[in-house]
Amino acid sequence: MPSLIDLTLEGRKVGQHGPWPRVVVDASVWTFAASELAHGRWSLLGLWGEPAAVHMAIMDGPSAEIAVVSLDCPDRTFPSVGKHHPPALRLERTVNDLFGLFAQGSPDARPWLDHNRWGVRFPLGDRIDALPQATPYRFLAAEGDGLHQIAVGPVHAGIIEPGHFRFTASGETVVRLEQRLGYVHKGIDGLMTGASLARGVQLAGRTSGDSTVAYAYAFSRAAEAALDLVVPDRAVFLRALLAELERLANHLGDFGAICNDASFTLMHAHCGVLRESVLRAAGAAFGHRLMRDIIVPGGVSRDIGSGGAETIQATLENIRLRFPALVELYDNTASLQDRTVDTGTLKPPLAQQYAAGGYVGRASGRSFDARRTLAYPPYDALRFDVPVLSEGDVNARVWIRIREVEQSMSLIDQILSRLPEGPICKDVPLGGEVREGMAIVEGFRGDVLVWLRLRNGLIERCHMRDPSWFQWPLLEAVIENNIVADFPLCNKSFNCSYSGHDL
Amino acid sequence: MRKLLFESVFRQPLTERAPSPDDAAVAELATALGQAGRRRLGRSLSIREVDAGSCNGCELEIHALNNAYYDVERFGLRFVASPRHADVLMVTGPVTKNMREALERTYHATPNPKWVVAVGDCARNGGCFAGSYAVVGGVCEVIPVDLHIPGCPPAPTAMLQGLLALLERADTGAVTS
Repeated sequence: MPSLIDLTLEGRKVGQHGPWPRVVVDASVWTFAASELAHGRWSLLGLWGEPAAVHMAIMDGPSAEIAVVSLDCPDRTFPSVGKHHPPALRLERTVNDLFGLFAQGSPDARPWLDHNRWGVRFPLGDRIDALPQATPYRFLAAEGDGLHQIAVGPVHAGIIEPGHFRFTASGETVVRLEQRLGYVHKGIDGLMTGASLARGVQLAGRTSGDSTVAYAYAFSRAAEAALDLVVPDRAVFLRALLAELERLANHLGDFGAICNDASFTLMHAHCGVLRESVLRAAGAAFGHRLMRDIIVPGGVSRDIGSGGAETIQATLENIRLRFPALVELYDNTASLQDRTVDTGTLKPPLAQQYAAGGYVGRASGRSFDARRTLAYPPYDALRFDVPVLSEGDVNARVWIRIREVEQSMSLIDQILSRLPEGPICKDVPLGGEVREGMAIVEGFRGDVLVWLRLRNGLIERCHMRDPSWFQWPLLEAVIENNIVADFPLCNKSFNCSYSGHDL
Repeated sequence: MRKLLFESVFRQPLTERAPSPDDAAVAELATALGQAGRRRLGRSLSIREVDAGSCNGCELEIHALNNAYYDVERFGLRFVASPRHADVLMVTGPVTKNMREALERTYHATPNPKWVVAVGDCARNGGCFAGSYAVVGGVCEVIPVDLHIPGCPPAPTAMLQGLLALLERADTGAVTS
C-alpha cells in the first residue's frame, strides 16, 4: 500500500509551500489519489479551484501526514473525484460554479452555489453572462405510494441562517432529505483575491460569525506558514485562550438550544445565562464579546485587559458551580432522553468516509481533533482529553459537547496559569515573490482549513473550507427513518454553518 | 429539576434595567413612524428576523436578546415564526443576490403597518462584502429601511436601545403621516 509520501514523490514539488508539501501531479496520479480516498485509506480535507487548476488536500489517517495535490486543467476539465468518493461532490460542483472547471465523469453536474442570480457565470474564472432564465433546480426523485414533500426555507421559522430543505416523507417518517444551500454566498473567495493580509483576516473573521476566532486563527497560521513567521509565545497562548472561550460559549449555548428543540426550555434558559457570562467575560478581557478581529497575522492585536484574567476565572468558577446540575438534569430527565437517545444516528463508517470533524465525527468514533492530531502550539504543551463515543446519536453529540466544556475550562485554567510575558505581535514581512501556506485549526464545530498563496505580500488566492462541508451531507443521511418532528433536534445537534459553507 | 426551580424562586432576577433609547435611533425614527402604528399596535411589536446573507454573528447577538439578562419580551417585543405575524422585520447581513428575492417576498408577506430594522454594519451598506459579484449591498437597496443599528455585531444592549426607540415612537406616535 503506497503511503502519501510515495504519492508526493510522483509529482513536481512546489517550492514555497508550508508546512505540508504541495505537488503538481498528472491526471493518472490524481485519479489514483481519488481511488485511495474511495478505499478509505486517505481522508479528503478539501478540494478547491483556481482559474486553471484544481487542488485537493489529503490526509493519511494513521500517520496524520498531509499533502496537497494539484492538477493543471488547460482544457477546463479534470477527472472527477466525487465519482469515486462522494464527499467531493459538492466541492466539485462549487469549483465548476466559481471557476468553470468541469469534473469529468461526475454523477452530479447540477450547480450548487450558483442560483443564476449573480449576473455572471464562473465569476472567478473566465466570466460569461448568466443564463437568460434560471432553470428550476432538479431535486433528486423519491418515488413511492403516499409520499409527500415538505419544502422548508430559505427563510426559516427561527432566528437562523437561510437554506432550503426538501423533505420527502411517508406519513411522519422522513424518507429523504435534500438540502439546497448557497443562499448566503457572498463571494468571499473573490473578495480575498488581491486583498492585503489585514483585509484578508478581517474577511476570514466574518466567514462564520460563531467561529470568528477559529477562522482568524486558521487564516493567520496559514499566512505565517507561508512567510515562515514564528509568533511570540504570549500571542500563541492568548490565541488558544480566545479559541477555548469561543468553544466554551458555543457549546454552552448549543447544549441549551438542543434541549430547547425538544421543548425543554428550562435548560435553554440556564445555558443561555452561562453562555452570556462567557461572552461578557470575553468582552471585559478583550473588548469584544465574540472576540472578533483580535487574532491577526503576526500575533494578536490586543492583549488581555487588566482584570481580564480574574474575570475569566470568576466566570469559570461560576460555571463549575452551576453546570454539573444541568448535566445531571439532562441525564435524569426521561422525556428528554427519549428524544435524544437513538435519534439521528450517524454510523461510524460514514463519519470516517466523510472525514467528519468536530463533535459530529467524535460522537461517531472518529477521534480526529486538530489540536491533538496535528498538535499545533500551544496545544502540544497542554494537557487535555479528546472525548470520543461511538453511538453517533443526538445524545452522543450532546455528551461530546458536555465533555468538551469541561476540557475547555481545564485548558483555560492551564493557559491563564502559564501565560508567558513578552510582546504580543510581530511585524509581518512582505515575503518573497510567491509564498504558499496552509493551516488547520480546531474550531468548536470541527477543523477549519485555510490555504492561501501570497504574491509580494498580497493575497493571490485564498480558500477556506468550513467543517460543515463534510457534515451537511451526513445530516441528510442521519435524518432518514426519523420523524419530521425530530429534524430540528438532529439539525441543532449538528449545528452546521450556512455562511461558512456558502462562503 | 425541582431543586433548580426552587433555587430560581429565591435567586435575585438576572434581568437588567432597560437602557435608555438610543438618541440617534430616536432621531432616525422620527421620520419613519406615525400614528397608525400606535393605534393598531399599542405597546407590543412582533419581530420577524431575516438573515439576508449575514455571517451569523448578528444572529448570535439577536438570540442573546432572549436570554434572562436582556429578556426582550418584558417590553412587549416578541420574535415570531412567520412574516405574516410580524410588525417589524429585523434584517441582517449584506443582502446576497441569492437571498434578494426571498427578502422581497418576506417583506411583501408582512402586513401593514410594518417597519424594517437593519441590524449590523453589513446591513447598512454591505460592510466588508460590498462590491462582491454576489452581493446586492445594504438592506435599503432592496426594501425600505426605518432604522439602522450599527455594530459588527451590535451588542444586545445596542439592539435593545434601538428597539426601545422604535417602541416609544410607535407608542407616542409623535409625527408625520
